[in-house]
Amino acid sequence: MYFFKILISFRNGSVFAALFTLLGILPVRAEVFNPDVFTLDNGMQVVVIPNHRAPIVSQMVWYRVGAADESLGESGNAHFLEHLMFQGTEKFKSGEFSSLVAKNGGQENAFTSWDYTAYHQTVARDRLEMVMELEADRMTGLILDDKAVLPEREVVREERRSRVGNSPGAQLGEVMRATQFLNHPYRIPIIGWDHEIEALNTETALKFYRKWYAPNNAVLIITGDVTTEEVKPLAQKYYGVIPAKDVPERIRVSEPPQLAARRVVKKSKLINSPSLTVRYLAPSYRTAGDNTPYALQVLDEIIGSGPTSRLYKKLAVAEKTAASVGSSYSPTAYDLSTFTLYISPSPGVNIEIAEKRLREELVDILKTGVSEEEVTKAKTRMADAAVFARDSLSAAPNIIGRALMTGRTVDDIEAWPDRIAAVTAEDVNKVMQTIFNDNQSVTGLLLPEETE
Amino acid sequence: MIFLINKHTFFKSLSCLMFGLILFSHTLRAEDIVEVKSAEGVKAWLVEDHSNPIISIKFAFSGGSSVDPEGKEGLANFVAATIDEGSGDLDSQNFQGRLNDLSISLSFDAGREFFSGELVTLKRNHAEALRLLNQALTAPRFDQEPVERIRSQISLSLSRRIDDPSYKIQKMFRNLYYPTHVYGRPNDGTVESVAALTVTDLQSYLKDNIALDNLTVSVVGDVNPDELRPMLNRAFQGLRSKAKPFRITGAKPKVSGGVVIIKEVIPQSEVLLVQPGISRDDPDYYAAILVNQILGGGSFSSRLYQEIREKEGLAYSVGSYFSLLDQAPLLMASVATQNDRVSDSLRIMREQWRLMAEEGPTEQEFADAKTYLTGSFPLSFTSTGRVANILLAMQLNDLGINYLHNRNSYIEAVTLDDARRVAKELYNVEALTVIIAGDPVGVEEVEPIPN
Repeated sequence: MYFFKILISFRNGSVFAALFTLLGILPVRAEVFNPDVFTLDNGMQVVVIPNHRAPIVSQMVWYRVGAADESLGESGNAHFLEHLMFQGTEKFKSGEFSSLVAKNGGQENAFTSWDYTAYHQTVARDRLEMVMELEADRMTGLILDDKAVLPEREVVREERRSRVGNSPGAQLGEVMRATQFLNHPYRIPIIGWDHEIEALNTETALKFYRKWYAPNNAVLIITGDVTTEEVKPLAQKYYGVIPAKDVPERIRVSEPPQLAARRVVKKSKLINSPSLTVRYLAPSYRTAGDNTPYALQVLDEIIGSGPTSRLYKKLAVAEKTAASVGSSYSPTAYDLSTFTLYISPSPGVNIEIAEKRLREELVDILKTGVSEEEVTKAKTRMADAAVFARDSLSAAPNIIGRALMTGRTVDDIEAWPDRIAAVTAEDVNKVMQTIFNDNQSVTGLLLPEETE
Repeated sequence: MIFLINKHTFFKSLSCLMFGLILFSHTLRAEDIVEVKSAEGVKAWLVEDHSNPIISIKFAFSGGSSVDPEGKEGLANFVAATIDEGSGDLDSQNFQGRLNDLSISLSFDAGREFFSGELVTLKRNHAEALRLLNQALTAPRFDQEPVERIRSQISLSLSRRIDDPSYKIQKMFRNLYYPTHVYGRPNDGTVESVAALTVTDLQSYLKDNIALDNLTVSVVGDVNPDELRPMLNRAFQGLRSKAKPFRITGAKPKVSGGVVIIKEVIPQSEVLLVQPGISRDDPDYYAAILVNQILGGGSFSSRLYQEIREKEGLAYSVGSYFSLLDQAPLLMASVATQNDRVSDSLRIMREQWRLMAEEGPTEQEFADAKTYLTGSFPLSFTSTGRVANILLAMQLNDLGINYLHNRNSYIEAVTLDDARRVAKELYNVEALTVIIAGDPVGVEEVEPIPN
C-alpha cells in the first residue's frame, strides 16, 4: 500500500483530527463523550467533557464567526483578528498571554475557518483557572495599536506566500473555490486575497471584534480531569460576568442555481505530473435537513476511501490508469459543502485518458448502484471508526465545537452512529443520482507548464 | 485543501493542531510500564489502558534505508510499501480487504535507521490482526501486480518532488554535507534505483534485516501481560533469529559555512540553516535542548519568533531544532521570507545565533524554559499510538524503563552555567551553512569551506 497509507492511517486515533476534518466523519456515540451542557445567564454555552484519566485539562473557546461573515472587501479579517488576539489587554500586556501559557508548561494555538474561529490551550489541571482568566479577559479586553498590528499584517502576508504563493496546488484550490461558489462567501479564501489583506488595519480588526466577539456568540468547551461542578463556578466567575450584547444574525448571500459546468487549469513549472479534481456542490448537515449527508458519507466510504474502494480497485489495481484515485466529502459546514473526486494518472498515462476513465466509472457506478453488502461493510467500518475516535481525547471538543458552530446540536452528534446505521443501499443509490450534477461542478487540472 | 488556518503552525503536525490530552492514569508513570517477555523470548514494553477496546502495537527493526545496498537505494522503503500487499493465501486485494473489513490498521515505514511498523486494532479482532501482521512479515507474496503498481506510484512521487523547492533544499544539504555517506542518499531512492529493484531484492532485505535480534516492540491498550505474552509470539513467530550485522560509521559533514542559492521563481524564499549538533546520548543534551528552546524552540516566546516574526513581521514560521540521527547530529533552523527581505531575516538569525553563543540565556529565560519543558512533557501522550511511539523511542535510545520518572530531573539538574557553556560550545555562526530556494535580493553566494 502506498498512496493510500495516509487515508488508512486516519483510522488510527492519533491522527483522528484529519478524519473528521477531511472526511467529515463524526464518529460519536452518546456514551462516548457524554458531555454536560449548560448555559450561563449571559447566553454563553458551556460544554464539559470530564475525563479523569489524566491531570490535564484543555480549554477551547469557539466563536460563531468566520471568514464567510466578513464585510465585502475585507477578506482575511477574521483570520487577521485571530492573529491579533495574541496581543495584549489592559490586564495582560502584549506577549504576556503566550509567555504565561508557556511558562506554565502549557500549549496553545488558534484557528480560523469560514464558519468559526477557535482558541485553545492545554495545561496541567491546576492551571485551568489561569487560562480561563486569560481567555475570558481577551474576549472583550483586546487592545490594538498600529505598532503591533502592522508587523502582524506582514506576518499574515508571509503566511499567504507560504501557503499559496509558493504552492501551485493551493493556487488551483483557491480558484476552484472561487469558481465553485458563484455568489456565496465560501468563494473567498479564509486567509484573504493579498490586496485586501494589505488594506486590513487596526480599525477593521477592532470593528470585527466588537461586532462578533461576545459571550452569547461563543461556546466554551472544557475537556479533561475536571468535573462540571468545578467548571461551573469558574465559568461563572470569568465568563459569566461579561455582559451579553447584540450580535448580528449570520446572513450570507446564497447561491443562485448553477447552470453550467466549470473547468479551471493551473500550469506550473513546479509541477511535473498532472492531477485532476472534480468537485460537485453538495448539501451540509444543516442545508440538507434530511438523511442525505449520512447517505453521502456511506457513498464516499464505498466508492472512494481506501485501497479496496470501487474507484481504486478498478482504476488503480485492475487497469493501472491511476496511481491514486478516490473521493472525499465533509458535511460539516454552515452552508453548502462539496463532494470531491480526484485522480492522479499512472506515469505514462495521459491526463485526458484518466479523466475519461474516471467519468466513465462514475457513470458505471450510477448505473449499477451499491449493494446491500457494500453498505453493510461500510457501516461496520464507520461504526468502528467511532470507537477509534475515543482513543484521541482531542476528538470530542473538536467535533462538538464544529457541530455547534455550524447549526447543529450535541444531540445530532450523539445520534451519528444511529443515523449512519439507518442508511440503506436504496438511500445511497438515490442520493448519488442527484449529487453528480455536472452543471454544479468544477473540474480542476494541475498540469506541468509545458503540457498542452 | 486548506480548511483551517492556524496562528502558529511551526513544527506542528496536523494532530497537534488539536490539543493533547493524556489517555491514561495519572500521567504516564515509570511504574506503569512493564516489560513483558513471551515464552519464545520476544520482549515488549507495555502500558495497559483499558478505557477503550483498542490495542496499539509499534515495532522497529534496526537498519532502515541505511542498509540499502549500494545502487539499490530505496529498497527498504519499497519493502515497507509492498509487504502489506498480499501474503500467504491472500492476494493484495484480499489482504487489504481483510484489514479493511475488520477495521485493522497495519502500516510499515522505512526511516534512515529503522524499518518500523504499526498495528492498531479493536480488541475483538486482535487474533486476526496478529495473524495478518505475522503473515506480512514472514510470508509476503510480492506478486507482480502490486509490486509494479507500487513501483509506479513510488516513481511518480519521486519524480514529482524533483521540482519542489523544499525538496531541492534537502537534497542540496545532503549532497553538501554527506556526499559519500549513506546519510547523503535519498531515503526512498531515485526513479532509476527504484526501477532496478527486483523481487529478489525485496526478499533479501527481509532475510537480512527482519529478525528477532534487531526487533523492538511496544504495546499500549486494552491488554494485560498474560494476554500479551502469547500475542507477541503470534505476531513475530517464524522470524529469523539473527539479522545480518551492519555498522553505520560516523558521518562528519564534508563542508562548513557557506551560502548556497537555488534559483526559483517563487515569491517567498525558503531558507535552511545547518551546523553540527549534539548527540542524544551526550551529557550536555538536556542543556542543549533548554538553550534551543530559548533560541528557537516551539513556544511562541522564543527569541527567533519574537525578533523575526513579532517585531519585524518577516516570517510566518521561524524556528530552530535538532536533528538526532545517530551518527550525524545536526542543529538546524528554517525561515521563509519574501524575496526582498531574506537578507533581513538572515541577518537577524545570525545575530541571534551569535548573541546566544556569546551571552547565553538570561536567568529568567532559563527558568521559563525549564518550567515549559518539564510542564509540557505529559501533554504529548495524546493517544495509545502516541504513547506506544514514546515507549518505542525510549527503548531505541536506551533511555531506560524509568525514563519517564527521571526525565524532568535531568532537565532540573542543568545549571545556568551549564547552559551558557553549552550555548558557547554549540552555536557557531561561522559554521552555519545557509541554503536558500527562491530569488532572494541582496544575498551573496559564498562557497562552503571543505572540512
